[in-house]
Order: sequence, then C-alpha cells, then structure tokens
Amino acid sequence: MALTTDQVARIAHLARLQLPSDENLRVTESLNNILGLIDQLQAANTQGIEPMAHPLDATQPLRVDRVTELNQRDAYQSIAPAVQDGCYLVPRVVE
Amino acid sequence: MTLHTLTLADLALGLERRDFSSVELTQHFLDRIARYDSAANGGLNSFITVTPERALAQAVAADAARSNGTAGLLSGIPLAQKDIFCTQGVKTTCGSKMLDSFISPYNAEVISRCDAAGLVMLGKTNMDEFAMGSSNETSYYGSVKNPWDVTRVPGGSSGGSAAAVAARLAPAASGTDTGGSIRQPAALCNLTGLKPSYGRISRWGMIAFASSLDQAGPMTQTAEDAALLLQVMAGHDAKDSTSIDHPVPDYRASLNDSLQGLRVGLPKQFFGDGLNADTAALIHAAIKEIEKLGATVVEVDLPNSGLSVPAYYVIAPAECSSNLSRFDGVRFGHRCENPKDLEDLYKRSRAEGFGAEVRRRIMIGTYALSAGYYDAYYLQAQRVRRLIKQDFDIAFQHCDVILGPTAPETAFALGAKQEDPIAMYLQDIYTIATNLAGLPGMSIPAGFVSGLPVGLQLIGPYWSESKLLNVAHRYQQVTDWHRQLPTAFA
Repeated sequence: MALTTDQVARIAHLARLQLPSDENLRVTESLNNILGLIDQLQAANTQGIEPMAHPLDATQPLRVDRVTELNQRDAYQSIAPAVQDGCYLVPRVVE
Repeated sequence: MTLHTLTLADLALGLERRDFSSVELTQHFLDRIARYDSAANGGLNSFITVTPERALAQAVAADAARSNGTAGLLSGIPLAQKDIFCTQGVKTTCGSKMLDSFISPYNAEVISRCDAAGLVMLGKTNMDEFAMGSSNETSYYGSVKNPWDVTRVPGGSSGGSAAAVAARLAPAASGTDTGGSIRQPAALCNLTGLKPSYGRISRWGMIAFASSLDQAGPMTQTAEDAALLLQVMAGHDAKDSTSIDHPVPDYRASLNDSLQGLRVGLPKQFFGDGLNADTAALIHAAIKEIEKLGATVVEVDLPNSGLSVPAYYVIAPAECSSNLSRFDGVRFGHRCENPKDLEDLYKRSRAEGFGAEVRRRIMIGTYALSAGYYDAYYLQAQRVRRLIKQDFDIAFQHCDVILGPTAPETAFALGAKQEDPIAMYLQDIYTIATNLAGLPGMSIPAGFVSGLPVGLQLIGPYWSESKLLNVAHRYQQVTDWHRQLPTAFA
C-alpha cells in the first residue's frame, strides 16, 4: 500500500504539519520504507483474535464527580506564547 | 576522591556513617559534570540542564534531616532525571525544540517521589526527541557520546541518563522505556536498567509518547541499586488512570534468594541470524553462569516475536500522533513567528518545533488511524499485539524468566544509522515485545566485545520485578562486569 505524494500532503494536513513541496518526495519515500516494514502485519493470521488495547485489559477507573483541581490559570498562562486578559491569544478566526 | 565509584547502597551507608555529607557528595558530582559534560568542550553532552542551586538546596536539607534523625535511606544521594519528567520551575524539554522554552508548572509523580525520598536532583538528562530513537541522535540538544568510546552512540532514548551514569557523573538516573529506551542504552553503556510492568510507576507528568507502552524505571550500577530506586518510584497514583493499584513488595528482601530450581527460558527467536556472533557468545556464557547458580534451561517459543517491530511501528506512532496533538503553539511550547491564520499557526509551529523523526512518526500514526486504513493497520496491529502477549503467557508456563540479548550488537558509530530509520528501529528487536505485552524487562552487564559492553536481557511475567532483580543480583555476585568503568572517567 505505497503512498503517493498527494496522499502524504493530505496526511501532513491532517496532522497539522507544514510540509514544503520540495520535501514531499523525500518524506514520501521515507514513509513508504516504514510502511514496507509495517506491511508484514498483513501476513499474520489474526482470525478470531480480539484487538488488545491494554496488557491487563484494564478499564478506566471511575471517581466521584467532585472538583479536585485548583484554579492555576495564572501559573499555566505564565508559560503561554501569548495571553491577554486571562485568555490565550491566537490569530483572528472569525472576521 | 572516589565517591563517584560508589553504588547507591554504598552511598547510603556512607551518609549514615557520616563519612561524607550530602553537600560534599552533591558538589563532587556537580564538579564532575562541569569537568566532563560540556558539549562546547568536547564533553559527553549527557545533560540538557544542570540544576546546581536546586541540588545544593536539596543536599543542605538532606544533611539537616540526617542531623535531626528524619532522613530516609536514600536521603542526600544525588541522581539525574531524564528530561521527560516535568520538574516544577525547571526547564523540561523532552529533547525537543518544541519545549525549549517550557518551564514546567508542576512536578511529575516520579520527581515528587524522588524529592520526598530526599534524593538530590543534579539535573535533567539528554534524550531522543520525545523519546523517539535508539541512539540519542534525534535530540534537539545534540547527540550524546558513549563514555566507553566517545565516537559511538550511548543508545536511546534514555541515552543521556545512560552516559551520565556510565561516566559516573551521577550514581544513578531515571529513564523511560517505550520500546527498549531503558534497556538498550543500559546495555550499550554497561548499566543495570529495569523497565517495570506497565502500570507499576506513575506516568503523571512523564511527557507521553505512546501511552499504552511508556513506563519509567531505574538506570543504575547494580541490581541492588535498581531495587532501591524502584522502591522509591513504584506505587499506585490516582492521578495516572493507568497506574495499577497492586502491592509494592520490598524489592531488596528477595535479592539473595536462591536460584536453585529456577527455570530459564531461551526463545530461539532471540538467537537467530540478526544477532552478532560475539554478542551471542557472551550471552551464552552468562546463561551458563546462571545455570551454575542452580537454574535449568528450557527452550521456549515466541513464534510471533518477528512481528513485534511492525506492530510497534503502528501502535506507537498512532498513540504519538494523538498525544503530540497537544503541541499546537497556543498554550505552551514553540510558536512560529507572525502566523497569518490559526491553521498556519498550528502547521508552522509544529513543523518548526518537531524534528524529522517525530514528524515522521506523527504522519505514520495519522495515516494508520485515518478513515479506510484503521482496520488494516491499527486494529491488525492490536490483534498481533495480543498474539505476542499470548506467546509470553504460554512460554511462562514452562519457565520463570526468559533470558536473551538486549540488543543485536554493541554501540555503533555516531551517525552510522541516522539516515536509515529501519536499521535504527531494528535495534529494539529484542526489547519491543515486552512493552507490547506490558511485561517487566531488564538489562544487565554481561561482558565486552572489543571494549564495548554487552547486555543480557531478563524478561519475566507481570509483576515479577523482584524475581528479575533477584536473578540479576545473584549473577552480579559471581561476576564483575557491572563493576567495570570506562578508564577515561575512572
């Protein structure tokens, strides 16, 4: 299942990674090498085998629905690239 | 002064006897870091950040606790922390440009537990970017030199931790292991490295790469030290929903147990063509030594182990593509200059902040999870993951511990595999299966090929850390490979 450069451009967009067009061919080649390795999985007989998401098949623990976190907005925003009036600043989204 | 050749157990004794203070000890290691580690002066580059002020303050507090009788066993002993553990008020980079400006507002649970035990943090060690690599060469902060041969890699991703302890710039260090990142660098640098069972140590504040595989652990000079450090790190933490509430035994209590009757399993898949012949000879010699201690050897079969690398390179990138979506240039981390709109901000911040290997894995993961490919890649990999776990379940019906090589070869030259991701991935061919199965694995020194260390790998059933430490400790009582130091740093 080799990828084309168009598919790689699409994947980069989905991953929100800028991919300059002059790098696309090199990246495509590199991803296809890895997919070549991964494609060995297709030969495995997994008929009737349940996918395994956790080694102990554990499920998420539940807790009482109660506020446990302190408000640390100032501490967290002190390391943000751009903030104003307690909000994170990003380029205008709605004109 | 030979303080740096002492183990954690020796140092604990020395502090207890007042042979030296924690401040003296801490200054000794800070001096060694200053002397040997500066990349600008051709040093090892094993630390990204050294924290002398924090360390000396902790040392003063440890000495005070010692005087007033409130010191714990390890109070005042220095150690290095992998730069993947968030450390409040300290730069925490995960080896990435993305986090070059990140001063963590909170402590990882591992940091909190080490602080509470009175351990003194010397600094944060270098690592492959976001722990993705097997040579430490993907770090934004430059590669790390192997103290055994400074033209070679220390392994990865915990390469800085491994090099720092191997050169005795720290008596011990923390590491993390997603596919071999504690065990392979431990093997390449002649250390004892333990990846515990998944869920044994809290992942809270440990920057996530592949959440279902990541596990922290100790990197030390001896199995006894690994037991001491694991004791501090292990235990349930409600803040990590994947932390398991399972009793923590006294890991030192069983170190000297007899190995009489121990059943050792050797998987034929671990001794195939890919294994360097000289490495294989040392592994067989180490197994003979363990047989002399009373163990019997049986052959076991791990028929699907050849699929562990392919399965891993679906599952780990899939989880990484999800985990690393948090790095968006908005709330913390790198942000590009003059974004023209929000999408541009995301795309350029991420392309500039992440290195080539991280971008590659994010894209593989994004593809494997995308509509139309999810079943063929992600679900198939998870099914293979179960087959791999079932192989271990069956093998452990016939043996108590599995032995084999940690890595297929000794440390390779800096740059040798940098342009060939597949060759790099195959470094972890013997270690990845244990992460997929969630099992504990360990690497211990087993000899040298042309002056370069070789690691023996031990794998056990879930929660068998005590047994692995026991086997390793007994082996270390009758061998002295783990006592060897690189001469330039003696």
